[in-house]
Parts: sequence; structure tokens; C-alpha cells
Amino acid sequence: MEIINALKNTDETQILEINFGPQHPSTHGVFRMTIQLEGEKICGLKPVFGYLHRNHEQIAENLPYAAIMPYTDRLDYVNALANNFGYALTIEKLAGLEVPERAEYIRVIMAELARVVNHITVIGFMLNDLGAFFTPLLYAFRERERILDLFEEITGSRLMNNFFRFGGVKRDLTNANLAAIQKIVSKFPAFLKEFEALLTKNEILCMRCQNIGVLSGDTATNAGITGPVLRASGVNYDIRKVDHYSIYDRFDFKIPLGEKGDVYDRFYVRVLEIRESLKILEQALAKIPAGEIINKKSLPLLKMPRNFKPPVGEAYGRVESPKGELGFYVVSDGTPQPWRYHVRAPSLINLTVLEEMCLGQKIADAIIILGSIDIVLGETDR
Amino acid sequence: MTIFGWGVFKGMMVTLKNFLTSYFRKPDEGGIFTVQYPEEREKAIENFRNFPFLVYDGSPEKIRCVACGICERECPPKCIHIEMEIDVAGKPTRKPAVFDIDYGLCMNCGMCEEVCPFDSIFMDHAFEVTAPERNEGLVRNKKELSKSNEYFQKVRPTLASSIDQKRKAAEEKKKAAAAPQGVGGQAQPPQGQEPK
Amino acid sequence: MSPLAIEEVKKNLEARLPDVKLRLVGDSLLIENPEDLPRVALFLKENPKFLFDYLSSATGADYLTFLESVYHLYSMAQKQGPVVLRVRVTKNNPRIPSLAPVYRSAELQEREAFDTFGIIYEGHPDLRRLFMWEEFQGHPLRKDYEQEDAEVLEAADIAWLEARGIKIPDEMKEKAKTLQAAGQRAITRKPEKPRN
Repeated sequence: MEIINALKNTDETQILEINFGPQHPSTHGVFRMTIQLEGEKICGLKPVFGYLHRNHEQIAENLPYAAIMPYTDRLDYVNALANNFGYALTIEKLAGLEVPERAEYIRVIMAELARVVNHITVIGFMLNDLGAFFTPLLYAFRERERILDLFEEITGSRLMNNFFRFGGVKRDLTNANLAAIQKIVSKFPAFLKEFEALLTKNEILCMRCQNIGVLSGDTATNAGITGPVLRASGVNYDIRKVDHYSIYDRFDFKIPLGEKGDVYDRFYVRVLEIRESLKILEQALAKIPAGEIINKKSLPLLKMPRNFKPPVGEAYGRVESPKGELGFYVVSDGTPQPWRYHVRAPSLINLTVLEEMCLGQKIADAIIILGSIDIVLGETDR
Repeated sequence: MTIFGWGVFKGMMVTLKNFLTSYFRKPDEGGIFTVQYPEEREKAIENFRNFPFLVYDGSPEKIRCVACGICERECPPKCIHIEMEIDVAGKPTRKPAVFDIDYGLCMNCGMCEEVCPFDSIFMDHAFEVTAPERNEGLVRNKKELSKSNEYFQKVRPTLASSIDQKRKAAEEKKKAAAAPQGVGGQAQPPQGQEPK
Repeated sequence: MSPLAIEEVKKNLEARLPDVKLRLVGDSLLIENPEDLPRVALFLKENPKFLFDYLSSATGADYLTFLESVYHLYSMAQKQGPVVLRVRVTKNNPRIPSLAPVYRSAELQEREAFDTFGIIYEGHPDLRRLFMWEEFQGHPLRKDYEQEDAEVLEAADIAWLEARGIKIPDEMKEKAKTLQAAGQRAITRKPEKPRN
């Protein structure tokens, strides 16, 4: 009888709670969401963190300052140079170290190359999640390989670069390196043109990405969202222009803004940002001066990191990493180890609005929205 | 007025162009760039840093390391273990008796190479490193880590030659300072080879 | 922000909210009474002169006698520099009103401070642990946190495992019994003197 009664009430639906589990090819790492579904529409979403928690902050409390640099590579492992930049900037603020001219230019060149690498990787993976199985991803990776080979020649490693030091950089760029960068920068626009012909007016992409996951500018500001996600919602805030850190105010570049704040805008803002980064690279390559690559006061630091004792105090340094605002909060008590070390990770904060953007959408859209926020689990969970 | 589906069609044209040109373009320009490893290998890049190794000049007894312990202190994951050799009289000699690196912990950061004051530990290129067990098999001892200066010249030519020049110049300076004052008042340094 | 600008912010706050006690610590404002924190933050957010509408970082710190919660505020509308707010509480009663109703970016960051330091934020919509699992005991980033030894089993662990049919070697059972008799937990001990 119960079965017949149940069959009669077939227009009642139940809420199904599924686990968008830690093992999944599209979650960009070990990231778990518990999603409550009503049919195919999402009515609740809760992210669960901690699957890649490696206790980076406590490890850093037991190490001298210079030895933490290789660990910061492993935070946002897709572009390690941005993390190195943020950490070096914070310690230079804390200890009052100045950076020579040529080192600043080298830093900007490497940071912008890392931005290009990150944005291509994100766009490639977002298109992969959409279903364009691997073709745009591998086109993007062809270009990425050229830049990673360049990183290997300059810094010694493709991904975990460990290149920046307090007061400068580790190794100089030779003329051969500069020529290689120039070659990459001049060939890139042709690739971008081909990529845009492949995708930007593609009807399937437009239908799947426009008006999905809309985020308004006010919500974004209040929720602490930064980076391309914020700029796609129309708020003009780029830390390179606001804080004038390093030598970014010598270069002429625009900040692309979106209008609607949907997934398509976030994808297109990243394509435009690659163009702006290429502009910065060309200007930097033209103007790079000769000189030293590291502050003379920190040369003894390279040989004996245990003797570096910054003055008592605290510093909060932030950079515009390709994913948002990457901040480092360091409290020093005069000993060679930091007293408190905290990383303000953009990937974690940008996930505050994930639930709100996904409510009412279908589950296939949740994957695209997560891909457009651009998280990497090394940073989220530290 | 564009028909519906024109964007998809243009995209397909891009894919078709890439497919057809991959047959006759060079690997750098859009052709097939797969390297048939292990029969073919890519050109080794000199600055690539993988695991560390120790340098000796000539024979393994003349190892440059003096067991000062600086790399052991500065290694961030603490993967180096050094013990200095004590000779029969009880005095410490300046040579390591035990020099272990745990490749399972090493994170290839290169800090040991940066801080060594005696130019004795450098980063190697070897990445085909295997072991039969997971924990003990990856600990490398002094004998396996020591490689000759000729090997160092082969894998990292520019760095090895600059280190050799520096050591030769330092030696000549030492000899000149220790040489007795010759007739005429000036001590002549021995004629060295031209720098490379 | 430069010290002059912080002075100006402090003067404005004292003029508008006279019963809030503030103190300058370095370049930051220390709010003496934690209950005043939401009012100060709301004033800074809505006052048209300041418009600090973006909470960049909300974190905690342990200073042995007290716990501290530090906030960095920026203004996106006027592109102004940071205002740093601090609040201090004791370890016995670590209660701070939450800034989540004022700034949504504090939601996940306060959860992290609760997980790692044990600061309880009142008024937070969903205060639970962020990185650790729900039943975890202790707050890892406090200075007096003792790390459990992962390789030594305790009596409670052995009971849980044997209830699920897993065999335990006898020597581990003996060790667990000795620990239980002594009333101790399995803690890793740091070496008294670091090696170098």
C-alpha cells in the first residue's frame, strides 16, 4: 500500500544532498562542496576546506625569514613568482630595505610573465570544464611551455621558482634571456588573436556563460572580493595602481573592467589583462637599465640567513597577484624567526560569494562558476 | 548579418588549420612537438636545479666539503645530516665522516648551494632517481653524493668554470703572499693560464 | 597609513563616538573595549569622509598573555590606505563581537581565527572550524599547543580500532597501557637543544 501511495505522490520532490567531492577533475584541486539539489537546480551549497592544509603558518614560525621563501612558492603553485614578490615586499617594508633599479625591472618582468601564465592556464581550464575537451587547453599550454622553459633558464625551476630575495633578485638576466622574452612577447598577440577567433564569439560559449553567476559590484566590495572577479563586476580597483608598489607607476597600462559581472565577463577581463601585461612587458624590456641586482646590505644575508634580525614591529604587504590581493602579515619580535606570519589568500576570500552566485543555477553551471573564480587549493588551505 | 553558428564555424576553421599545418611545420611554429622520451631527450638547461651533490677535485678523498654544517643549519626541511670525521688522536679533521641527504625530504630549493662558503655543494640535474623502498631507500650517503669536478664541468659549464677561476685566483694570491721576496724586491706571481 | 593620518582618524572617532576608548599602538588603533568594535567599524565604513568599505584581512595573534585580533581596512571608493584596528582579549574568555554583519569578507577569516586560535566571535552566522575536522581538540597556532605524536597510539585509539576489527601489535598495546597508567598523552617532544 505504501508503494502505491508513494507512486501516487510522484510530484513531490526531495532535496538531494550530494558531495561534489574532494576527488573531482574539475574542482581545481582537493576541494569539496556539499550541494543540495532539487532536481537539477541548486538550492544550497556549502564549501568544505582543509583537504590540503599543510600548516604553512606554523612552519614559518620556526624558520628564519629567508628560509620561508621556498615555502611561499608552494602557496599558489601555478604562479610562484607572485607569492615570492608579496613576501619579499613585506619583509622589505619591515626591515626598511631598498631595492636597486635593475632588480625592480626584473621583478616586474617576472611578475607580469607569471600573470600571463596564470591567466592562460585559467582560461584553458575554464574552457576544459565547459566541455571543449582539451583543445583550447593544449593550445594555451603550448604557449605556457615557452614561458616555463624561460623560467627554467632564469630561475632554475619551471614552477617552484624561489627567485626573489630581500632587497633584490637571486640571479641576473643575461642578454640571451632578454632576447628570449622579447621573442615571446612579440609572438604572443598572434596566439591571442587565434584564441579569440576560436572562442570569443562562439555561440555555445556565449549561451553557457552569459548571465550565469552574476555578482554585483557592491556585494563584491563588501565580501572582500579582489582581482579579475571584482573588476568584471565593474569596480575599478587594482593594487598596482592604488598602492604604487615597486615601479608600476612608470608604465602605461589600462585596467579592463566588465559590465555585468557574469562568467563571460570574468573570462574576457582575463584575456584583456593578458594584453595589458604584454604592454607592460614591452615597456619594461625597452627601458631596463644596467646595475646591481641586490641591495648591498642584504648580501651577507644570502650567506648566513640565521643572522637576519629585522626590527621589532609588524608589516602588511600586499601585491596584485593574478588571482586577487595577496597579502602577507608578519609580526617580528627581534629574533630570527617571525612571531606571527599570516597569508591573506585571495582564493579563500573569493569563495565567500560562491553560494550566492550558484543558487538557482543548474549543477553544470556551478562548475563553470567555480572555474571562473579561479581558485587554487594551495592558497586556499595553505 | 551573421547566421547562427558562425562563431562555432570559425572556431572549427582554426582547429582545422592547426591540424593541417601540424604536418609540415617545425615544432616551434605549430608542428608536432612531442619528444619521444626516453629515446630522444630535450636539451638539458644548465641552470636546472634538482637534487644536491658534492664536488671533489681529482679523487673522492679530496672532497671540498669541510663539514662546517652551514648547509645543514640552513636547509629549510632539514634533510641534511653531517658528522665531522675525528682522527685517531681525537682531533676533528676538516672532512665529513657522514654526509646524508634525504631525497624524500629535499625540496630542491637550492639554499644549500647559496650558503656554502667552500663551493662544495651544488645542485645536480639528475632527475631519474629511484629507490626500492620508500623511506630508507631515498637517503643518499657521502659516497653516492660525491661527484668529480669533471662531472660538474659537464653539467654546469659556466658555473663550474667561474668557480674554478675564483679558486685559482685565490690560490695564486695565497702563493704570492707566502712567496719570499725575490732579488729586486718584487715577488713575481707564477704565470697562470689566461682565463677562459 | 602614515602616523599623521592615523591621528586624524583617531580624532574623528573620538569626536563622533566619545565613549569609545582608543589607543595608538605603532601605526594602529587599539580599541580598549572589544564590545565597541562593530560601532567603530560601522562608523568607518559609512562616514563619507572615510568610506572604508573593504576589509582586507582579519586575523588573530597570540601574545602569551593575551590573544589579539587584527583588522586591516581599506577604501575602494576613495583608494585610501590601511587603517589597522586591534582588539585584545584574555585566553580565559576570548569573546569578540563579530564583524561579519558589517563586512561579509570577515565570515571565512573569522572562522579561520576561531579554528587556529580559539577566539569566539559572537554574532557570526556560522562559527565552526574551517581547516580542521569538527571533533578536533585544541587550537594549533597558540603558542602553548602541544602536538600529538602521530605514531604512538593511546588507549582510546586502540579501543576504537579493535572495535572495528583491526589487530594491534602487542608492543604498541604495552606502550599505550604505560601512558595511560602515568596519565599522560602521546606528545612529541621537541629536542632540548636544537642541533645547530
